[in-house]
Amino acid sequence: MQFSENWLRTMADPKLTSDELSHLLTMAGLEVEEVEPVAPPFNNVVVAQVMQVDKHPNADRLNVCQVDAGTGTLLNIVCGAPNVRAGLKVACAMAGAKLPPGDDGKPFEIKVGKLRGVESQGMLCSARELKLSEENAGLLELPEDAPVGRNFRDYYQLNDLKFTIKLTPNRADCLSVLGVAREVAALAGVPLAAPAFKPVAVNHDETLPVKISAPDLCGRFSGRVIRGLNARAETPQWMKQRLERSGQRPISALVDISNYVMLELGRPTHVFDLDKIHGGLDVRWAKQGETLKLLNGNTVELDGWVGVIADGKEAEAMAGIMGGDATAVSLETTNIYLEAAFWWPNAIQGRARRYNFSTDAAHRFERGVDFATTVDHIERITALIVEICGVPGQTRVGPVDDQVTSLPQREPVRLRVSRAAKIIGIPVTAEQVADIFTRLGLPFVQDGEQFSVTAPSYRFDIEIEEDLIEEIARVHGFDNIPALPPVAANQIRIAPENQRSLFTVRRQLADLDYQEVVNYSFIDEASESDFGGKDPIRLLNPIASQMSVMRSQLLSGLIANVRYNLNRKATRVRVFEVGAVFRKDGQVGDGPLSVAGVAQPKRVAALAYGPVAGEQWGLTTRPVDFFDLKADLEALLAPAGLRFEAAAHPALHPGRSAKVLLDGRDIGVIGELHPRLQQQLDLPLAPVMFEVDAQALQQRAVPVFRDIAKFPAVVRDLALLVDQSVSVQSLIDTLQSEAQANAACRFMQHIVLFDEYRGKGLAEDQKSLAFRITMQDTQATLQDDAVEAAIAALVEAVQKNHGATLRH
Amino acid sequence: MSSLEQLVVAAEADFAAAPDPAALENAKAKYLGKTGQITEQMKGLGKLDPDARRAQGAVINQAKEKIEALLNARRSALSDAQMLARLNAEAIDVTLPGRGRGFGGIHPVMRTWERIEAIFGSIGFDVADGPEIETDWTNFSALNSPENHPARSMQDTFYTDGKDSTGKPLLLRTHTSPMQVRYAKMHEPPIRVIAPGRTYRVDSDATHSPMFHQVEGLWIDTDISFADLKGVYLNFVKAFFETDDLQVRFRPSYFPFTEPSAEIDIAFGTGPLKGRWLEVSGAGQVHPTVLRNMGLDPEQFIGFAFGSGLERLTMLRYGISDLRLFYEGDLRFLKQFN
Repeated sequence: MQFSENWLRTMADPKLTSDELSHLLTMAGLEVEEVEPVAPPFNNVVVAQVMQVDKHPNADRLNVCQVDAGTGTLLNIVCGAPNVRAGLKVACAMAGAKLPPGDDGKPFEIKVGKLRGVESQGMLCSARELKLSEENAGLLELPEDAPVGRNFRDYYQLNDLKFTIKLTPNRADCLSVLGVAREVAALAGVPLAAPAFKPVAVNHDETLPVKISAPDLCGRFSGRVIRGLNARAETPQWMKQRLERSGQRPISALVDISNYVMLELGRPTHVFDLDKIHGGLDVRWAKQGETLKLLNGNTVELDGWVGVIADGKEAEAMAGIMGGDATAVSLETTNIYLEAAFWWPNAIQGRARRYNFSTDAAHRFERGVDFATTVDHIERITALIVEICGVPGQTRVGPVDDQVTSLPQREPVRLRVSRAAKIIGIPVTAEQVADIFTRLGLPFVQDGEQFSVTAPSYRFDIEIEEDLIEEIARVHGFDNIPALPPVAANQIRIAPENQRSLFTVRRQLADLDYQEVVNYSFIDEASESDFGGKDPIRLLNPIASQMSVMRSQLLSGLIANVRYNLNRKATRVRVFEVGAVFRKDGQVGDGPLSVAGVAQPKRVAALAYGPVAGEQWGLTTRPVDFFDLKADLEALLAPAGLRFEAAAHPALHPGRSAKVLLDGRDIGVIGELHPRLQQQLDLPLAPVMFEVDAQALQQRAVPVFRDIAKFPAVVRDLALLVDQSVSVQSLIDTLQSEAQANAACRFMQHIVLFDEYRGKGLAEDQKSLAFRITMQDTQATLQDDAVEAAIAALVEAVQKNHGATLRH
Repeated sequence: MSSLEQLVVAAEADFAAAPDPAALENAKAKYLGKTGQITEQMKGLGKLDPDARRAQGAVINQAKEKIEALLNARRSALSDAQMLARLNAEAIDVTLPGRGRGFGGIHPVMRTWERIEAIFGSIGFDVADGPEIETDWTNFSALNSPENHPARSMQDTFYTDGKDSTGKPLLLRTHTSPMQVRYAKMHEPPIRVIAPGRTYRVDSDATHSPMFHQVEGLWIDTDISFADLKGVYLNFVKAFFETDDLQVRFRPSYFPFTEPSAEIDIAFGTGPLKGRWLEVSGAGQVHPTVLRNMGLDPEQFIGFAFGSGLERLTMLRYGISDLRLFYEGDLRFLKQFN
């Protein structure tokens, strides 16, 4: 909501500076977003009249003017404007005037000087030169009655500020200068000078038949017929000025007057061209499939959710939102039907938005417009129309036809002073409350500490006790409420020991040389499907197609981070992200922390690209690989043991990817980017990455103490030759299950793979795997024969299950 | 000079001439070895009478001790020299950079999130986390924002193709406030909780991101007032920005789920933003309708809620000028916060 300070002060004029006024409004909940002068500073510009215009002797495009600036003598001024003519009233910058800086940013000072040999004693100004607008067509033409010699700033009321306030949806009553003035009067304790409404004399008895078929849409419909108008009449300068300073472009007199009253009183009205209305009006819900061409030129299809004002032929206006094109007033209009109605807010809410536009009328009606003053406001607008567009002897004003079907009932709202004190946290007295209500113009009945308040017809935000408590707090001043550190019983709150925070996980990843990123949760569908997202959750209204589906994985985002940084000359990228992923899942039901049909678990993903270590002197450079990432992942989950099973993933290299198992549960994937995607994404090297369930990372078993053995451990190395297709994990599994099953091996404690060899000395399809096996008896020193028996059993087991032989 | 004294002088010269431990041991043999000169003299004592033997023995012993002392001195000098040579040989350029792994870091917004958890944790707040795809009821209706109400247009909402059990489209939560209701339904008052997390709105320009982070705060008990809200938030921003030179201003505003409602502005006493009011939070006393939706009786329980933008706080804390930097994943930006 934008308005001029001068206009506001005609209705409420506290002894406050502009800054103080702005602060007052902001601290009352009417946040002043911007205060802007209507014109930049300049001086020594006066209203003047061009008395005579002669051609410049030395320049075709210039004229030499004799100008009366009220100084007693005529000034000789050279002027190049095309619209200069004798008799014109203009703004004249006198010698010594300082004008706003031009495009070069330098201040512009007017001096007496010669222009092509002719002395010029001032300058006639365009609107642009005075920075009033961008208009540069010629001199700013002033009305004929402009007083010569008057300071132009005063004449044009340029010492004025444009206030822009950001209103919250509950304060529709402040969507007008009157509304803001009412607030200022209450807060500053000054009288309110509301515009007065004098009924215009009715001089004929014509009415337009109106039927309200939908009382749940329209509670009140007031209107009148006015004939014999001149729609071509010029909107007066004062009105144009107020409109412009309120951000409204003047259009034509009838439209301007309607807009003016909306800004002044907060009342959207509509002016129909009477001659274009077929028969009477019917206020009703639209019919399914009905269409309406709106004032803005768009044709919309209507249905029973939208209200219309229709005539005998068709819908002519979208009720409370926008008029129709067919019955709009034009410069040819002579007869009008003027309408002011009360539309139920819930009959307007959401309608304009559904059609993807908004209007000043809809904005007000969906929040609530005073239902008591439609007739007063019809009188106000009639008076302005007759004054501006009236034609003496021809204009005929009909009576106001005011139909009321149902109006909001204002139920009394109870307020307990003690409750107000408890919620605000300050001692308030009944006297203070009474004073605040009186200032706000809220009618009340008081019974001790209880008040019963009936909201005025322009307030739609006072329905419960808290609404009144808010008014008390607001007018009392939030600044006057102390900041109290509350007192509460101490309580120890700490997460269970077997749970670690995601921040601990983040710190560990950071220590492992990964940089955290935050990627959008919505991504493009192609990336999602590349990474295996089938049937993703789609956004109905994405801001861009590359953000149209919810991610079901984090990896594609990390790949994008690699590309972004490679494009900026990075050669080594290690990133991680912690965040939710989203999947349709019929198994998920509505719960305290879940939404039916959607799985949204938190995941942790990391990616490494480029050299395994940062650029340095002491290490041989090699690209990061699967096993580097695997070690990092194992470190993250340590001491829990992970299992990795080769598994296919659409975005990963089929021979270099695995699913990650923790206690038999699939917690994620690890692998190298599929060469096809690597090529497609134009990546010189293959990124390696993993993504796992965050909850799994947060679990940490509480340690359990075991005795430290007093007897020495025995270590044996076992080099096994196996077929290359045999996985290390399967051998370890066999060794371990043998150790479990066979009493001879009961002393086995650890198995560590310490060498893998392929190549010279081995058959082409063979590999050698060397395991170090640690055995220990906690009760006695292990004897050699027991060790040999155990090793023999282990060897036999791998021979049997994997065809492994001992390498000698 | 007696012959023994001469022997000592000769030994000293021999020891000094030995360039390394091996040569020194050879030189030692010449005096103290089995056939060394001292040993020989000792052998000669047997021929003397007891008194002379004692006297001469003492003299020889003296000489022997002197030679042994000289030997030890030379030994340790040689070993010192050897150690010195080794140390010199082994010296490295300690200014060469350390080898091995680098380090990463956490995202600046996460840094803020972590600090906020610590600050509120220190006064007994729990931390809660909940769904980002939400139902219309939890995101709006439960928070006193009925369908089509103009208040809903304050937050442009992303909708998904999924539907909730009443047939309404699921949405991306527009704020962390749904966690107020979810958490309160799971716990009995007194309730003290923060709920940080991702939030979404259909908005994208230099100062708005379609995805951002908020932290919700909620304290409900029998007597938690607006003045308490002021106290807690004031303490929070002072702790967060680590300064007392800070002004906090509560300004009346409107949110469907609080009443009275306030926008919270802060102004720094020093620094580049000195004196400017900067909006950091929306807050207020929990609306009675919301309390009822939590399953609480508003006559019995009252309290406050607030919601602050983590990006906003992070930008103010570290002087970051552009919101978009948070989501670009540019390592040159992110590494500044390690």
